[in-house]
Amino acid sequence: MADPTNIPELKDRIEIPKLVEGATSHYKCHPAKEKHLTPLGFPGSRPDDWHDIAITRLGELLKESKSLKVFMDICVKCGACTDKCHYYLGTKDPKNMPVARQDLLRKVYRKYYTLSGKIFGKLAGAEALTEDVLKDWYTYFYQCSECRRCSVFCPYGIDTAEVTMAAREIMHSIGIGQKYTLEIIDKVETTGNNLGIPEGALVGTLEVLEEEIEEETGVKVKIPLDQKGSDILLITPSADVFSEPHIFSLMGYAKVFHQAGVSWTLSSYASEFANFGLFIGGQEHLQKVAQRIADIAREFKVKRIIVGECGHAWRVGYSYWNTLIGPFDFLDPDYKTPTHICEYTNGLIEQGAIKLDKEANDEYVVTMHDSCNVARASRMGDKPGGQFDIPRALIDASCNHHVEMDPNTTKEKTFCCGGGGGLLSEEIIDLRVQGAMPRATSLKQVMDSHGVNFMAMICAICKAQFSTVLPYYDIPRDIVGGIHQLVSNAIQLGTNKV
Amino acid sequence: MTIDLIFTVITYVVLVIFLGGFLYKIWLYATTPAPLKIPTTPAPTSAIGVSGRLASEVIFFKSLFKGNKWIWLGGYLLHVAFFLLILRHLRYFMDPIPEILIILQQAGIYGGMFLLVPILYLAYRRFMVDRVRYISAFGDFFILFLLLSIVLSGIGLKYFYRTNIMDVKMFIMGILTFHPAKFPDSGLFIVHYSLILFFLVYFPFSKLMHSGGIFFSPTLNQIDNPREKRHSIS
Repeated sequence: MADPTNIPELKDRIEIPKLVEGATSHYKCHPAKEKHLTPLGFPGSRPDDWHDIAITRLGELLKESKSLKVFMDICVKCGACTDKCHYYLGTKDPKNMPVARQDLLRKVYRKYYTLSGKIFGKLAGAEALTEDVLKDWYTYFYQCSECRRCSVFCPYGIDTAEVTMAAREIMHSIGIGQKYTLEIIDKVETTGNNLGIPEGALVGTLEVLEEEIEEETGVKVKIPLDQKGSDILLITPSADVFSEPHIFSLMGYAKVFHQAGVSWTLSSYASEFANFGLFIGGQEHLQKVAQRIADIAREFKVKRIIVGECGHAWRVGYSYWNTLIGPFDFLDPDYKTPTHICEYTNGLIEQGAIKLDKEANDEYVVTMHDSCNVARASRMGDKPGGQFDIPRALIDASCNHHVEMDPNTTKEKTFCCGGGGGLLSEEIIDLRVQGAMPRATSLKQVMDSHGVNFMAMICAICKAQFSTVLPYYDIPRDIVGGIHQLVSNAIQLGTNKV
Repeated sequence: MTIDLIFTVITYVVLVIFLGGFLYKIWLYATTPAPLKIPTTPAPTSAIGVSGRLASEVIFFKSLFKGNKWIWLGGYLLHVAFFLLILRHLRYFMDPIPEILIILQQAGIYGGMFLLVPILYLAYRRFMVDRVRYISAFGDFFILFLLLSIVLSGIGLKYFYRTNIMDVKMFIMGILTFHPAKFPDSGLFIVHYSLILFFLVYFPFSKLMHSGGIFFSPTLNQIDNPREKRHSIS
């Protein structure tokens, strides 16, 4: 990977920068080629009548999506969102201000779909879809990680993620897409996981992991694959099997299941929880990627589905599965579908079914990074805010030293890692580093004030992104870890068996 | 044609455009499907909770308060003063005048004059804060200018070029009861009244639709219960 050329200097606090127009206009994701586009049903190249097709697609979306229709109309340009996006704060480019990003689409909406825009043109903030506007779309709608932070502060709840998804959908209709995301969607749809790992490799890796756990603890903990008739189907991001530090959380889940004494299994057919269909808008691929999970749960006759640490996928699982691949009448109605592994582990701790030795994590001073899609697009447990409380309860059950970062940067106000929304792609490493500036700043604060040396999170993308970009801020990559990594360290195996 | 007839006809045309346009937009917002659950969380888990969430946004601008205290202050004062000003004008639309309006009359007059402060402050922000200037289009300045003109002409009518308010009330009650009456004989009133008619025509075609649209924002109006209750397109 090429090193970034422009690394922001971390200040004592997150500063709101002066505008630098065009600062990131040259940061561009590799465009998708025909071989990436056509398998997903998109045109392989831009047709001659692209302009008309795009405008027609926009019109269709306005009829299909309440959020898009309402959001296009009701922004009053108050400016409350202008300093809320991590990409704006990190890059200084005004088109990374949420409202300015939305306006790239809104001005075209006004030109073709509002009376005032048709009559008064620029005076009404309307602009035709030209080659230049399209270029801006491709650039800046792929500099949005769909993290929804702006929507928290908008008086009307306008969510730029919805606008970004719509713009990406329109671009797909004219054969324009981003290589990274489309390649991954094709892979998961054909192989069952984002990395394209075949079943054989999966078996081998899980065996190695079992050996590691046994070496470390002396206990034989199984990580079962394709065990039909198990009670629990575990769906987890494939990164949990193949990347660090993700893998340590997978070991944590395995130990929790082992200690709970339940029968559980992974699936090689549905070996991916991540669902990049979310990032491109529309429901077709979102549904298609998720469908494998429902199909295998039915085939395996499991009672429940538990899912691993993954932010955007938790949004998809929590908010969309029931609509897209439900109803789950073939599962045991006593359990929530899906159940987050944090909800599950927390339940066991509350029942006293597993025991944790906090001293095992005494070398760590832990802080919690809330991942955007968990924080602002989902819930855990029964109460609003459970998505903040339950992971923290697990930290407190596993560790003695837990400190919080600046409250303006956690929970619902958390900052994106800078790699979500399909932007975890190597060619935009500059954007990713700059987008991580707000989080790096608040992390550095607690490192300096409290000696924090472990940032716990429940998202595969956050883990990968931070491991890559934090070292550029002189923050060691091993500060990044999962909640179940801490659980894994602390769990007492072989005691208190239920 | 007399001026009475002209303003009577224009007023009805304006009311049709305003009400028709506003209701048409609301109908569009209400009937466009929301295929997926997208409340911005933490979100209420019941319908009552969602009503509370919307009320806290509409009455207190809660999210804006979280976002930016200065914009909140400017925006909140603008809306409160505007609200008082509307109340203070209701006396021209009803007979007899309810007691409460008579009590609020003075507050309405002060509110109307005070409205100048947030209008000028928000205009100042649009010019002076580089981020807000960048996102401001002509329409964003125009609406402030329109409000300013309405307020200034209103102050003029109240204190400098007084018009016969009984004539005003006769004309408006005439419109409301479909018995057209004489249009008040005052140059400044023509200005004030015309600006308001323009405001009403402009309303459904502009960002002023935020007033009705907020209730249809899926991030605010959806219940957080996707696991408990299967969401189908609605």
